[in-house]
Amino acid sequence: MSGIEIRNLSYQYPTGSEKVLHNINLNIESGKFYAFVGVNGGGKTTLCNVIRGFIPHFFKGDISGEVLIDGKDVRDWDTSDLAQKMGFVFQNPFTQISGVKETVFDEIAFGLENLGVEVSVIKQKVQEIISLLGIGYIQDKNPNELSGGQKQRVALASIIVMEPDILIFDEPTSQLDPQGTEEIFKAIDIMKKKGKTIILVEHKIELIAEYADYVIVLQDGQIMRQGRTEDVLSHEDTQDYGIGLTQYTLLDLQMRKHNMITERIPITESDSIKVMKEWMSLQGVKA
Amino acid sequence: MSFLTVNDVTYRYPNGFTAVENVSMSFEKGESVAIIGQNGAGKTTTVKMMNGLLKPTKGDVIIGGLNTKEYTTAQIAKKVGYVFQNPDDQIFHENVKSEIRFGPKNLGFSEAKIEENVMKAAELTGIVPLLDIHPYNLPYSLKKFVTIASVIAMDTETIILDEPTAGQDSLAIKRLGSIIDSLVQEGKTIITITHDMEFVVENFERVIVMANKRVVADSTKQEIFWNHDILEEAMLKQPHISRLSHALNLNEKILNIDQMIDTLKVIR
Repeated sequence: MSGIEIRNLSYQYPTGSEKVLHNINLNIESGKFYAFVGVNGGGKTTLCNVIRGFIPHFFKGDISGEVLIDGKDVRDWDTSDLAQKMGFVFQNPFTQISGVKETVFDEIAFGLENLGVEVSVIKQKVQEIISLLGIGYIQDKNPNELSGGQKQRVALASIIVMEPDILIFDEPTSQLDPQGTEEIFKAIDIMKKKGKTIILVEHKIELIAEYADYVIVLQDGQIMRQGRTEDVLSHEDTQDYGIGLTQYTLLDLQMRKHNMITERIPITESDSIKVMKEWMSLQGVKA
Repeated sequence: MSFLTVNDVTYRYPNGFTAVENVSMSFEKGESVAIIGQNGAGKTTTVKMMNGLLKPTKGDVIIGGLNTKEYTTAQIAKKVGYVFQNPDDQIFHENVKSEIRFGPKNLGFSEAKIEENVMKAAELTGIVPLLDIHPYNLPYSLKKFVTIASVIAMDTETIILDEPTAGQDSLAIKRLGSIIDSLVQEGKTIITITHDMEFVVENFERVIVMANKRVVADSTKQEIFWNHDILEEAMLKQPHISRLSHALNLNEKILNIDQMIDTLKVIR
């Protein structure tokens, strides 16, 4: 079966004194967009590392339970097959640049070159990704001379150009300005529309509310809450796990405390505008 | 004369790339100021000139009466502390405690003063439990707090934070706000680069907007976040609640939830 199934997964790092993942159960449906949220240190990145087989293929430690990728245990996958199945964009873009390529164009082409893809195909694919991410203006630059935000875009480009079925992004926008962040989310959305499965670790909750299908809340290595984005992010007590709700949700919750009751709790900007207009017209005010 | 002045400064990197052009800004003692703008707008280059890491190609940076061109970076470091955007550029000791001790030790503080500053900085940043850990193995977000503590321990009059909110969770962002608040209470000048508009609204009054290597606005947050021309030029957006209030035609320069609630109470 396609997708990712995680059953009773627990994990402890080889040098660790306690478990960093506790009895995780999670089904990741193919073609959907999942956001992993939670305070730093809660296990989000570790869980991504298990899903992509980095644990236990490269990092040993004490693992129990199972992770099935398309029905096959991640430990039984050949690492190079798994690398083609899944793309991973690191948290820190400063560590993702290969350091062996002299231009951004060549950096993005590097992965496809390693797979032995024909040169004309590589050129065409790299060009497509460059225009998708709007980074044509830096394509001839040396990757080492880029700003943090530019490196982050190049790191993302060099993964999505490989067109893996599953894309895992660990805070891909941490160094980006608001406009660059929106562009990345739009690019991720395009990948989703192409049928890719998306797993995203991210703190920018307004954008998660806008784009993700499901939200998984992790704290102390456990899944504290999971469900459809609009359900998880409209609950006041989701904040108990250190998650900031969107400004739109927080406003609505605050209004309720002042006895200003809207029809439903919005999580996105567009829904908030709709809900607020309805509330205002009930007060006899035209927005 | 201001406490820290950047006067008509241009900076060209050795490879010929001009990162900032004719930039001027000045800061008073005890002020907290946010610098916002797109990646590549010139924010980091500008602040690096304020602690002498870079010397202007044209124009002057004057700190407490000293022109940075006439002093070494080490001398300027006594006046202005800079927390790098990438913590890995700043971390190189075997444990967090020695990392934080490095700055004040280099400035020639007494052993007693070093210990006092290190503990104070660790407490303020909430990293006391990490003091014996190797900083390089910490996650990015905690490394950032280590680098902030390292600069606070130097007890400089001015502290520059370069994107402290990047990659931080909501609790850490609150903690950053209270760190800035404490430092300002002590009379320090805090200059912060950030992409988080809600963080700006919560923690700063004055906002400097940079775009295309220049300063395009320097004003209060109300003026900046309700000036659509400036935001468009800098390719920035209003804070979320301002956007909502704009869409609802509320005709108030609303920036946050509390202000929105006050306005809605009047409607009702």
